[in-house]
Amino acid sequence: MKAAVIVFPGSNREGDMARALRQATGRKPDMLWHGDHELPAGTDLVVLPGGFSYGDYLRCGAIAGRAAIMDAVRAHAARGGLVLGVCNGFQILCESGLLPGVLMRNANLRFVCKMQHLRVERTDTAFTRRYAKGQTIEVAIAHGEGNYEADDATIARLEGDGLVAFRYCDAEGRLGGGANPNGSRNDIAGIFSPRRNVLGLMPHPENLIDPLVGGIDGRGLFESLAAA
Amino acid sequence: MKARVIVTLKNGVLDPQGKAIEGALGSLGVPGIASVRQGKVFDVELSLDDKNAAREALAAACEKLLANMVIENFHIEL
Repeated sequence: MKAAVIVFPGSNREGDMARALRQATGRKPDMLWHGDHELPAGTDLVVLPGGFSYGDYLRCGAIAGRAAIMDAVRAHAARGGLVLGVCNGFQILCESGLLPGVLMRNANLRFVCKMQHLRVERTDTAFTRRYAKGQTIEVAIAHGEGNYEADDATIARLEGDGLVAFRYCDAEGRLGGGANPNGSRNDIAGIFSPRRNVLGLMPHPENLIDPLVGGIDGRGLFESLAAA
Repeated sequence: MKARVIVTLKNGVLDPQGKAIEGALGSLGVPGIASVRQGKVFDVELSLDDKNAAREALAAACEKLLANMVIENFHIEL
């Protein structure tokens, strides 16, 4: 598994992401600058890390979504290559057209920074094979704009085609009510592209890979990728 | 040539910021505010003389970057 992490001005989770990838794959990822035009030859996985690219100017992820390197990321995805976007990376994937919908301001207008349970919706993907179907995992969330919205037809397509990757839930795996931290439609925390080679999610699995900092429920995602 | 581009949320898209502003205006006692929706204004200076070309360039700017067409509409004033 050869991974590349793209760094934009204002990214701040690239170090955590690199650490998680290195732990799972045994290999340091390439760190790419947003102004690059090409991915290193043989790149299997492109990762867009969290942060505040371009200071969240205009809309979260809007300017990064149009950066020079994104043409190469789109071409990689079109070839079936793996792309992972976390938090701001998910916002960038939506803004770049690689995933549908948009991440709106949290319904309660507050930045939420806390531990959050998620339900794993399917495990036959390169990102989730090391989890169990319906498993509840606990990871961190930290965002002000994580309220997933899309038109009714898009939501119906995501649900009908099984493209919801993770949903917000409580510790027992129950959906709805207070378990949804930001007002996302259908409790959506992460979605796949139609071929399931692109995953965007708001929570931060890369921060839950070490018992020292609160748990290892994020490891499954990186171990899945390492085995891909 | 100077232009103003106004980007607003489409009807039906929930606008929590507008709702919060609406609530604040209510608590300030400003009368007659039925609802508020927040948008963005861009003042653009163009190095073009032809109005149609300017309109076309601004529409491209909106579709490519200034507006997220999933949730927003744009309006161009020349």
